[in-house]
Amino acid sequence: MTSPFRTPQGGRVDRATTVEFTFDGQAFTGHPGDTLASALLAAGRHQIATSISLGRPRGIAAAWAEDPGGLVQVEEPFPEPMLLATTVELADGLVAHGLPGQGRLAEIPDSARYDAVHHHVDVLVVGAGPAGLAAALTAARAGARVALVDEQSEAGGSLLAGTERLDDAPALQWVAAAVAELADHPEVLHLQRATAFGSYDDGFVLALERRTDHLGAAAPRHLSRQRVWRFRARSVVVATGAHERPVVFADNDRPGIMLAGAARTFLHRYGVLPGREAVVFTTNDSAYDSALDLHRAGVRVQAVVDARPEGSPRRREECERAGIRVLAGAVVTGTRGVERVTHALVAPFADGEVGAGSAIACDVLLVSGGWNPAVHLFSQARGRLRYDAALGAFVPGEELDGLSVTGSAAGVPDLAGCLADGQRVARAALSALAIAPAADDRLPAAPEPVVPSAPLVLWRVPDTSGAEGSTSFVDLQRDATVADIARAVGAGLRSIEHVKRYTTIGTAHDQGKTSGVLTSGITAELLGVPVQDTGTTTFRPPYTPVAFAALAGRDRGRLFDPERVTALHDWHVTAGAVFEDVGQWKRPRYYPRPGEDMEAAVLRECAAARTGVGILDGSTLGKIDVQGPDAAVLLDRLYTNLMSSLKVGSVRYGVMCGVDGMVIDDGTVLRLAEDRFLVLTTTGGAAKILDWMEEWAQTEWPDLRVHCTSVTEQWVTFPVVGPRSRDVVGAVFPQVDVANEAFPFMTWRDTTLDGVPVRLARISFSGELAFEVYVNPWYAVAVWQRLLEAGRPYGITPYGTETMHVLRAEKGYPIIGQDTDGTVTPQDLGMGWAVSKKKPDFVGKRSFARVENQNPLRKQLVGLLPVDRRTVLPEGSQIVEFRADGQLPPPPVPMLGHVTSSYRSAALARPFALALVKGGRSRIGDTVHVPVNGTLVPVEVTGSVLVDPEGARRDG
Amino acid sequence: MRPRSSTPRTPGADLPEHPDFLWRNPEPKRSYDVVIVGGGGHGLATAHYLAKNHGITNVAVLEKGWLAGGNMARNTTIIRSNYLWDESSAIYEHALKLWEGLEEDLGYPILFSQRGVLNLAHSLQDVRDSVRRVEANKLNGVDAEWLEPDEVRKICPIVNTSTDIRYPVLGATYQPRAGIAKHDYVAWGFARRADEAGIDLIQDCAVTGFATDGNRVTGVQTTRGTIGAGKVALCAAGHTSVLTDLLGIRVPVQSHPLQALVSELLEPVHPTVVMSNAVHVYVSQAHKGELVMGAGVDSYNGYGQRGAFHIIERQMAAAVELFPVFARAHLLRTWAGIVDVSPDASPIVGRTPYDNLYLNCGWGTGGFKATPGIGWALAHTIASDEPHPYVAPFSLDRFVTGALVDEHGAAAVAH
Ligand SMILES: Cc1cc2nc3c(=O)[nH]c(=O)nc-3n(C[C@H](O)[C@H](O)[C@H](O)COP(=O)(O)OP(=O)(O)OC[C@H]3O[C@@H](n4cnc5c(N)ncnc54)[C@H](O)[C@@H]3O)c2cc1C
Repeated sequence: MTSPFRTPQGGRVDRATTVEFTFDGQAFTGHPGDTLASALLAAGRHQIATSISLGRPRGIAAAWAEDPGGLVQVEEPFPEPMLLATTVELADGLVAHGLPGQGRLAEIPDSARYDAVHHHVDVLVVGAGPAGLAAALTAARAGARVALVDEQSEAGGSLLAGTERLDDAPALQWVAAAVAELADHPEVLHLQRATAFGSYDDGFVLALERRTDHLGAAAPRHLSRQRVWRFRARSVVVATGAHERPVVFADNDRPGIMLAGAARTFLHRYGVLPGREAVVFTTNDSAYDSALDLHRAGVRVQAVVDARPEGSPRRREECERAGIRVLAGAVVTGTRGVERVTHALVAPFADGEVGAGSAIACDVLLVSGGWNPAVHLFSQARGRLRYDAALGAFVPGEELDGLSVTGSAAGVPDLAGCLADGQRVARAALSALAIAPAADDRLPAAPEPVVPSAPLVLWRVPDTSGAEGSTSFVDLQRDATVADIARAVGAGLRSIEHVKRYTTIGTAHDQGKTSGVLTSGITAELLGVPVQDTGTTTFRPPYTPVAFAALAGRDRGRLFDPERVTALHDWHVTAGAVFEDVGQWKRPRYYPRPGEDMEAAVLRECAAARTGVGILDGSTLGKIDVQGPDAAVLLDRLYTNLMSSLKVGSVRYGVMCGVDGMVIDDGTVLRLAEDRFLVLTTTGGAAKILDWMEEWAQTEWPDLRVHCTSVTEQWVTFPVVGPRSRDVVGAVFPQVDVANEAFPFMTWRDTTLDGVPVRLARISFSGELAFEVYVNPWYAVAVWQRLLEAGRPYGITPYGTETMHVLRAEKGYPIIGQDTDGTVTPQDLGMGWAVSKKKPDFVGKRSFARVENQNPLRKQLVGLLPVDRRTVLPEGSQIVEFRADGQLPPPPVPMLGHVTSSYRSAALARPFALALVKGGRSRIGDTVHVPVNGTLVPVEVTGSVLVDPEGARRDG
Repeated sequence: MRPRSSTPRTPGADLPEHPDFLWRNPEPKRSYDVVIVGGGGHGLATAHYLAKNHGITNVAVLEKGWLAGGNMARNTTIIRSNYLWDESSAIYEHALKLWEGLEEDLGYPILFSQRGVLNLAHSLQDVRDSVRRVEANKLNGVDAEWLEPDEVRKICPIVNTSTDIRYPVLGATYQPRAGIAKHDYVAWGFARRADEAGIDLIQDCAVTGFATDGNRVTGVQTTRGTIGAGKVALCAAGHTSVLTDLLGIRVPVQSHPLQALVSELLEPVHPTVVMSNAVHVYVSQAHKGELVMGAGVDSYNGYGQRGAFHIIERQMAAAVELFPVFARAHLLRTWAGIVDVSPDASPIVGRTPYDNLYLNCGWGTGGFKATPGIGWALAHTIASDEPHPYVAPFSLDRFVTGALVDEHGAAAVAH
């Protein structure tokens, strides 16, 4: 399609280059610098889609993010729903179509990259219009570290839409000079296409930078598509401008009806005429600029309809000189047309009453009801708003620490004022930061502002169409009307939040950018209360929608959560290990040999550990180095048992409970010196327990002289397990006397291997004779290989977590988090012996005294043996009373407990399980039932230790 | 009538309209038989059932802001009853049964949609916990199933069930009767019924103090004057401890911000509700087509009704990881409520050291689904001065006896 509405010259598009795009299946052309909206308007196309629930044609109604009309779905280069035609920059090959308010997600994964950057500055300026540029220059010249972000493709803000002059030259020349000057300051970051979308406490502001879409196929591969900037600014200057506000009247939603300022933007910035015949409807002076500029550009301006009784005498004169008819004291009461406005219905308006009207033909109707300062970021930061009755708008109503608002965002009316205000606000920010302003801080001279005639605050034109406000649209995206607000008020609603929810106004894609203040005004009018009392609904981040993927950034796929692997990971992979996620760690679960399934592999691994020797990579166990004169005191308070009596060189098993007396972690503690312990935690509990220790040490007992440091990554740990483990460890570490008398159970020894320090500890989580080998991860592979080498004569067998679980379960050792669930005490686990009776206090002690802790029906850890010797009970199965008839009663069926762990045992030659059972220890010898796939499996309750209850193997 | 064009309309674009009349805006009377503090879902449901089940209508609901503008207006509306412990599943299942008839009871289109809830398992321990919960649910008469990954994919094809993601989906629990409803509609439905019964719903009326006589509360001081009360029920969610502090009652709840968010309206892609603990996010697609989701609480305490943005970023990462098709959905709006979290993640309901003061709090991140159930049981408790059996296990003194109902370790995600 051609572009009949493109002006012969002017605008900031690159006319030398043509780009092709498709909209609604039709081919169009445009230029770099166009938005999808400007290119469509150049072709004479206003309608974008039909509306969400009424199906009414809707078109482009504004020039940027506040547009409630032009929602599109992009199909190429990659499907993206719900974008605005006014903010999609044109690139070759763009394919899009209009949307009635609901988009469609791509079915293929998004391969684009997204990332995030932290940036710290003295002053962050949001908005590169005149006020923002003035503020940024002032701060930059003072030597402050500055960031200037602006959502448009180029700096200038409102100056891009007009013909203003500064220092007697086009204002955009000054903009270019300012941008160049900023670029020369090494401490200044200036981003265009970067929308500040969220403003939080303490100068934390988020911005989304769009980096590649506008470049189309030419986008460099190394650039992420979008970037989230996380700014931390000592001072934030909000210079976000203002949004023009429509006036509501009957049938105000037709394509061709747009904000007056938007028409001026399309003309000056994009070189596009919005139509041939215009009617301009206004309540203030600003729309006259649009009328006059369009007239000069060749549009026939049929009339300026000014709702003010006297209009604007000065502006009327200008219009008359240009031959434009001005109808003061008149309003637009309605329109005609279906897919495009064809007529504006104009009628006299006085004292709120509408007189008899007439139709004026037009193909574009421009509307201005005044300007709403864009206070979103201020309001998100919890700034209170004040209703300014003269402006008919909400403006910042208080000073915030570290965040100031300037320019038209603060309600400053003219260019000279905005420049001066930007500078003033920046200077105040600098002074609060004790940064002296630069000596030469000149800003350009703006023409003396002309005082405009006072605007009229008019939210809506009384509906004379007979539709009773049901076609007077307040929120075009939601198809919500004045009639809807009236119904809400009639239903008894008084709060603006209720009105919003009842009518759904402000909940759509634009989040009420044009409809919000109108709703407050109309609601106040209907209720007969001041607009200040009605207030606004809460402004919430984000200011404009942000793609999920942009916020996910790099945290996708493998980087979603750091994958932790041990120093032996590659060895495990080569050995064919099947891995299990344990917390963030990848741990070998078992090492199948060719033809083996898990069951076979685990039976083999278990048998090796019980009869020969096995070896495990236990490096993921949490390790915390606890040091300081009060280290023993801290541990005594956090473990249920006594740690201070532990001798240097010895090891003790310990249990930690929460304040409720429930077990939260367990592990062994090595005393390294009088004032130093190595605390071992479960793999999953490592970070939590370090936090726990820090929380108590820092917040409850800051007097303790103790430091806790994670050393999980500083040591690998290899348990060498089984009757032949002594032979293996003795062979690899000949300096160590591994005899039982010299190196008894629950002690540790330091040694070296080829000069490398190694720690050995006799700890057993399997019930077998076992030695744990600790070494710096750098030597992990070498030491592991040496152990394998030395173990070869005994058939040393690497085993994984599954075998580890079976071995420990056969011994009745619980796994915290598997055999416990935060409701289990040490006593419930049969570990009353690990709870000190002597210590005056420790975390959890008080709770043990509670009535419920004495309840004989508490669940206790026991063993279960399926009577059929065959069934492996599914973990998680529930346990019910024995039922002679083998039938379950109707629900609710009383439950006795559940199966926490369940395995096939090589040592027992039958399956077994651990379970938490009500009054479990008193049921030993009883038979209970476990429902498994609809049948009740009888199981015998046993003690929890099924293999070597005397501990002879372990201690030998 | 609105002019309607013949263009096909967007699915789900039209929510059912609200009625022409919702409630009066009465001036407070000098006193009421029952004063309910807090006009959220729980306070309004309690008012409704006081009138409906017990014929008690000389009741006021005092709300410091706008009705149901607290957590009731901010939650992600997940309704399910597949809780682990008997005590929990009993009250939530009671609530679910009421939900199933609520539209009719209230005469209000509450958009209760039983689209099922999947709770995903991503680790072997998740699997054990899930199976345990499913087995317990079945024995308690709650519909529950354990699903393998391919069955998960059948119910919700957009969940990434491939094995090469960071935390592959190992299966899920599924409760078919679970679902979502439209929170405002629910609250307004209860409010309208209560108002019809003659109960005064009084907004902009913050309770600032209590008048007491020995171990009885005789009235409340409010920003709209003093109001006498025969009985007082506290339904103030995140602000409960502010009120109980005035009475010298220590209640073990911590108030945290909990955030949620929505996307723009999208064509239907997500047929059910998915919750994941390990890849922390829960998400459904509401009736109009917006994706509604949330995650865990902000860890600090506060009343600010807003949270920190890194929580949202983390949630987005989780959402895109589990649902790759969400990549270019857009975050449209974020917000937070203040949730009252108890030490065992279960509610605290029932009597207090004051004879005629009743407590209802501690629902934390998951009390929307309980709304009709707790309204029912609390109304009974108030009317008969005796904890309803459904709430009896949730008494305040369980923190003294130790009879906790700990849903932390047990109950997938607590929403
Ligand atoms: C983001 C988020 C997501 C959630 N998602 C879910 C979910 O998916 N499923 C689910 O089941 N639950 C969910 N919840 C929890 C659920 O919203 C709450 O548990 C439940 O709403 C609490 O009950 P309520 O409705 O009465 O609370 P609220 O609506 O918070 O009501 C309490 C009321 O008390 C008022 N009040 C407080 N102090 C005073 C005073 N001094 N005087 C007068 N009035 C006072 C408040 O203004 C408020 O209106 C979520 C919560 C949040 C915040």
